[in-house]
Amino acid sequence: MTTNQWVQLLFFFGVLFALVKPLGLYMAGVYGDKPFWGEKWLGWLERLFYKLGGVNPKKEMDWKTYTLAMMLFSAVGGFLLYLQMRFQALLPLNPAGQSAVPPDLAFNTAISFITNTNWQFYGGETTMSYLTQMAGLAIHNFLSPVIGTATVVALIRGLVRKETKYLGNFWVDVVRGTVYLFLPMAVIFALVLVWQGCPQTFANTQNAALVEATSYDQPVTNSAGATVVGKDGKPQMTHTVVTEQPIALGPVASQEAIKMIGTNGGGFFNVNSAHPFENPTPLTDFLELLAILLIPAALCLTFGAMVGDLKQGWAVFAAMFLLLAPMVYLCGVCEQSGNPLLNKMTAATDGAALADGNMEGKEVRFGVVDSALWATITTATSNGSVNSMHDSFTPMGGFVPLWMIMLGEVVFGGVGSGLYGMLVFVILAVFIAGLMVGRTPEYLGKKIQAFEMKMASIVILIPPLLTLLCTAVAVATGGPGTNNPGAHGFSEILYGFASMSNNNGSAFAGLSADTLYNLMGGVAMWFGRFWLAIPTLAIAGSLARKKVVPAGAGTLPTHTPLFIVMLISTVIIVGALTFFPALALGPIVEHQKMVHP
Amino acid sequence: MTTEYVKERKLFEGGITRKAMVESFRKLNPGHMVKNPVMFTVYVGSILTTGLWLQALTGKGEAAPGFIFAVSLWLWFTVVFANFAEAMAEGRGKAQAATLRKSRQEVKAKKLAKVDKDSKQTEVPSGDLRKGDLVLVEAGDFIPADGEAVAGVAMVDESAITGESAPVVRESGGDRSAVTGGTKVISDWLIVKVSSNPGESFLDRMISMVEGAKRQKTPNEIALNILLAALTIVFLIVCATLLPFSFYSVAASGAGQVVTVTVLVALFVCLAPTTIGGLLSAIGIAGMDRMIQANVIAMSGRAVEAAGDVDMLLLDKTGTITLGNRQATEFLPAEGVSIQQLAEAAQLSSLADETPEGRSIVILAKEKYGLRGQEIHELKASFVPFTAQTRMSGVDIGRRQIRKGAAEAIEKYTLDEGGRYPDDVRTGVESISRRGGTPLVVAEGRKVLGVIHLKDIVKGGIQERFAELRRMGIKTVMITGDNPLTAAAIAAEAGVDDFLAQATPEAKLKLIRESQAGGRLVAMAGDGTNDAPALAQADVAVAMNTGTQAAKEAGNMVDLDSNPTKLIEVVKIGKQLLMTRGSLTTFSIANDVAKYFAIIPAAFALTCPELNALNIMRLTTPQSAILSAVIFNAVIIVFLVPLALKGVRYRPASASKLLQDNFLIYGVGGLIAPFVGIKLIDMILAALGLA
Repeated sequence: MTTNQWVQLLFFFGVLFALVKPLGLYMAGVYGDKPFWGEKWLGWLERLFYKLGGVNPKKEMDWKTYTLAMMLFSAVGGFLLYLQMRFQALLPLNPAGQSAVPPDLAFNTAISFITNTNWQFYGGETTMSYLTQMAGLAIHNFLSPVIGTATVVALIRGLVRKETKYLGNFWVDVVRGTVYLFLPMAVIFALVLVWQGCPQTFANTQNAALVEATSYDQPVTNSAGATVVGKDGKPQMTHTVVTEQPIALGPVASQEAIKMIGTNGGGFFNVNSAHPFENPTPLTDFLELLAILLIPAALCLTFGAMVGDLKQGWAVFAAMFLLLAPMVYLCGVCEQSGNPLLNKMTAATDGAALADGNMEGKEVRFGVVDSALWATITTATSNGSVNSMHDSFTPMGGFVPLWMIMLGEVVFGGVGSGLYGMLVFVILAVFIAGLMVGRTPEYLGKKIQAFEMKMASIVILIPPLLTLLCTAVAVATGGPGTNNPGAHGFSEILYGFASMSNNNGSAFAGLSADTLYNLMGGVAMWFGRFWLAIPTLAIAGSLARKKVVPAGAGTLPTHTPLFIVMLISTVIIVGALTFFPALALGPIVEHQKMVHP
Repeated sequence: MTTEYVKERKLFEGGITRKAMVESFRKLNPGHMVKNPVMFTVYVGSILTTGLWLQALTGKGEAAPGFIFAVSLWLWFTVVFANFAEAMAEGRGKAQAATLRKSRQEVKAKKLAKVDKDSKQTEVPSGDLRKGDLVLVEAGDFIPADGEAVAGVAMVDESAITGESAPVVRESGGDRSAVTGGTKVISDWLIVKVSSNPGESFLDRMISMVEGAKRQKTPNEIALNILLAALTIVFLIVCATLLPFSFYSVAASGAGQVVTVTVLVALFVCLAPTTIGGLLSAIGIAGMDRMIQANVIAMSGRAVEAAGDVDMLLLDKTGTITLGNRQATEFLPAEGVSIQQLAEAAQLSSLADETPEGRSIVILAKEKYGLRGQEIHELKASFVPFTAQTRMSGVDIGRRQIRKGAAEAIEKYTLDEGGRYPDDVRTGVESISRRGGTPLVVAEGRKVLGVIHLKDIVKGGIQERFAELRRMGIKTVMITGDNPLTAAAIAAEAGVDDFLAQATPEAKLKLIRESQAGGRLVAMAGDGTNDAPALAQADVAVAMNTGTQAAKEAGNMVDLDSNPTKLIEVVKIGKQLLMTRGSLTTFSIANDVAKYFAIIPAAFALTCPELNALNIMRLTTPQSAILSAVIFNAVIIVFLVPLALKGVRYRPASASKLLQDNFLIYGVGGLIAPFVGIKLIDMILAALGLA
C-alpha cells in the first residue's frame, strides 16, 4: 500500500481511538444508575415518553419480563412494518406511485429491519414509498440499535449486580437510548449530511436532460415473454434513444444518518453509500466510515465504565481491534494488487500493470483502500452498507468481508449485539482459561456454570448452523439466483446467508431474490437475532442472581494481553473451525484458480 | 508442595491394565456409550463406516474397501481407547477400594443386651449387626462395625484405616468416642453402639464412591459437557453440509467427484472434541483417586471440584500451625536472683511434671545451663500436682518448697506466705504476654525467683506454605482460643493473613457465613462435635477420621490420617483436577487446526485439486492423509491417558502465570503437535507401503 493509503488508515483509526472513551463514558451515564447531566436538557422528552406510554420508570424487570417486553416490542413493530409495506400504495407520501411490496419480500424486509440486519432484496428507490422509508424503515433503524444496546446493558447489569433478579426496565432503556443517544446524534449528523449535499425532500424523481444522448437495443418480446425472431432469423430489436435521466430523490439525509450510526446499513438507494446522494463528498465518506464503528467501539468503554474497571473495556476493545486490523490490511493489499491475470494482460499491452489495483465495482471517488476499509468495517460491525461492490473484489479481498461476518458479528459488531456477542465469547474463553488456572471459571467475580454454558453454547451455535443449513438448502435446490457459476456463485450464496444469519445485511451482490430466499432469509434473520438475544438475557438474569467472588491472586485476570490473546484465539478458532471447509470451497479455491490458472 | 502423604500407585499395574483392556470392549454396549455424547457420535460413525465397508466388499462401495476398512478400524480404536481410559481410572479406584476393604473382613461380634460389660453376650457375625446394637470389644478384638463408644476406655490401633502406627485412645463421651469398623482394640475394652446397618457404614459408602459405582457428574463437568456437545453439533453440521456443498461444486465445475461419506465421517471424528470427550470421565475419577492416595476420602466429586476453588482456609492453631504444645524458651530471673538459681528451681519443680511444657522446662535448663536432670526419687522429693484451685504445681524437697504457676496464682501464694511480689517480675510477665507467650512464675517459699517464657512453637516450614498459598490467591485464617494479643503474635510469626481469637463454635460459624456472603469459598478442618456446624457450613470441610461421628457426617471429606495440614494438599488436588480438564480441552480444540489441513485438501482432492495448496504437511496421498489424521486422533487418547490419570503438573503460582504456562504447553503445543504427529504417521504409512 502507498504512503497516502497508510495515512488515510492511521488518521481514521486515530480519530476513532480519540472518540471511544468520551462517548463510552457518556453512554455509561445514559444507562447508569446515577443522575445524568443530559437530563437537564432532554429530561422533559424522556418524561413525556413515559407519560405517553404509561411507564413507571422506577419499576424494574427480571430477565423474563425484560425479554418478553423486547420480543413483543420487536414483533409488533415488525408486523406494523409488514402491513405498511403491503399497503404503501394506499398511503400518502408516495409521489412515485410505488405499488405494494410482494408478501415474501415484505416478510423478509420487515424482519430484516427489526433485527438490525437491513438485508435488502430490493432497490430502495424502485420499491419503497417515502412514507415506508421514513415512517417504517427509518423508525426501525432507530429502534433496532436501541434494543441491541438495551440488551447489552442488561447483560452488563447482570455482571455488576449481585443477588438480585432485576436487570432494569426495558422501556426506560429504550427511551433513554433514543432520547439521549441516537436521536441527538442522528439529528446532528443529518444536518451535516444536508450541508454536504444529501437531499432531504419529498419531491418526486426529477428528470435531467443528458448532455449527450445515449441509445441501446432491446430484443422485442411477445406476450409470453419469448423473444420475437425476425424474418432474417435474428431476434427483432427495438432501438431506444435516451435523452433524459431520472434522478431519484427523497428524504435521504435523515435516513442516511441513522443508517450509519445504528449499524443498520439499509440504503435509501440500491447502490447504498456508493450513491452520490447518500455519500456526496470525501468528508461525508469519512464521517460515515467513522459512524459505522463509533458506537459499537465506544460501547466497550461503556462496559468498562459500568463494571467499574475501564481496563476490562479496553481489553475487549483491544481484542476486537486486533481481529479487525489485519483484515483491513489483507483486504487493502489484495485489492491493491488486483487480478494477476488482468495485470499480465495490461502489462502486455501497456507495458505496465494497473497502478490503481482492482477498480472493478469501486467508486473512483473513493479508490481501493477506502473501499477496502469500508468493506472490512461494515462487515465487522453489522452495518452492511457498502461504498463498493464486494462481489467484484478479488477472491481473497472478498474473503475478508465474508470472514468478518462469519466470526459472528462480534468484531465491534452491531450496536449492542456485537458487544453482547463478544461477551459471550469472553464467557467461553473464561470457561476454558479459568479451568487452566485450577478454578471453576468466573468472570468479573461471577461464576460461570452449566446454565451459562448452555446459553452461551446456543449463542455460539445458532449463527453458523443457520448459515450452513440455509446455504446447504440453497445449493441443494441448484443454487438459483447467482450471478456467477462455480466457486464464485457458491461464495455469493454463502455470503448472503452468512450475512442474514449474522444480522449483517451486507450483500456480496449477485444474489437475486426469490421466494425461497426471502422466506428462508427472513427466518434466518429472526433466529439470528432473537435466539441470540434471549439466551444472552437469560445469562444476564442468571448472573445477576449470583454472588460476587472477590478477586485475588488466584483469580484469572481478564484484562491482560495473555487473556486478550486467549479471547482472540477463541473467536478465530470457533469461526475458522466452523467455516474452514466452506471457505475452502469458495474464496480459497477461487484464489487458487486465479493465481494458478 | 510436599507429597509425603501420597502413596503413589504405579500408573500401569499389570492386573489393572489387563482388566481395563477387557472392560474397554465391554463398555461398547450402546447403553453405556450413550452416556457420553461426544464418544457416542464416534461410535455411530464407526458403525456407519463398518456398514460402508461391507457395502464396498460387494463391489458397490463409494471407495476402495481397504481404505474404508482402515478408517473404520481406527474409528473403533478411538472408541475403545476412550473406554480404556475410563476403565483404567475405574480400575485404579477399585484397587484402592479393595485395599480399604481388606480391613473389613467378617469378624465375630460379642453382642450385649444392655450397656453392662458383664451382661449376657451372644456371638453374631459382624454382618448381622444392626444400627443401635451394642457390642463388647476387648483387647485383641476387631471392632465389628462403625459406632460410638458408650462405655469404657481403650487403646485402638487404627493403622488399617489411617496408616498411622501409633494407637489412639477411644473413650465414651466427648470427642474421642467414634470408632471405625475394622480397627483393632489393643488394650482394655469398649462397649460400642453400632451406628449403621451393614453395607451402609461410613467406609462402605466411601468405598462405593471410590469405585465410581455411584459417581455423579460434577457441576463443572456438566458445564464442560455442554460445551463439548455444542462443539460436536457444530462439527456434525459442518461435515453434513459439506455433502451438498460438494455436490454443488462438482455440478458447477462439471468435473471431479463428490466427497465420500467415509471421508466426511473421518473428518467429523477428527474435528469433534474426542480427546477431551474420551478422557473427561477418567479425569474425574482420577481426581477422586488422587484424594484417596493422599488418604483423604471425598464424599463427592463436587467436593473435590470445590477444593480447587477455595480461596480461604480456616486452620486451627494448635496442631496445624503450631506444634501441639508450648515450650519453654527463656528464663527471666527476678532482681537479685541468678539465672542459674532460677533454672535449677524451675527444673526441680518440673521433674515430676510429665506434661510437654514441664518436660520442655527440664530440657531447656539442661541444654542452656548444663543442669543435669535428676531423678525425683533420688531427691526424696514429694511432688505437688497441679489443681484447678491452686493453679500451680511444684515440688517439696525437705524444707524447700518450689512452686510454679500462673502469675496471679504465684502472686497470691507469695503474698499469703508473707513475701513480696517484685515489680520487675510483673513487667516480665506483661512483656511475655504481649509477645504472645505464656509466662510461668517460679517461687521458692515466699521468694519469687523469676519467670519462665513458654511459647507456642510454630511448625517448621509453615511460613513458606502460607506464602505459597498467598501466591495461589488463598487467604489463611488462624483459629484459636487464645486471647487476641497472643493470637496476633503467633499469627505474625506464622505468616497467616488473619486470625480469629477466642474462637467459639458460634464465632467460627459466623466467620464462615460472612466470608461466604462476601463470595469466598471456605475450607476448614475439624474433628470435634462442636466443629460440626462450621463443617457443615464450610464449602470444603475435611473431618478428621479420629473425630466424632457428628463431625464426619457434617464434613464432605474425611482425612484418614487426621492431619489438618492436609487441607493444603486437598486444595492442590482440586486445582489439579480442574487444570487437567481445562488443559486437555484446549489441547483437543487446538488439534483441530492441523487436522483440517490434513483432511480438507485430501477430501476435495478430486473435486477441487487446487486445494492441494492447503496440503502444507505434504502428505503422501489423500488416503494416507485422511488415515494419518484418524490414527493420530485415536492414538493421542492413549498417549494422554497417563496425563489424565496423574493430572497436569501443578506448581503454586498466580493465576496469570499458570494460564501463561498452560496456554503455551497445551494451547500452542496442541496447535503444533498434530502437525508433527500426522506427518510422522503419514511417513510410516508411506514406508509400509500403505499410503
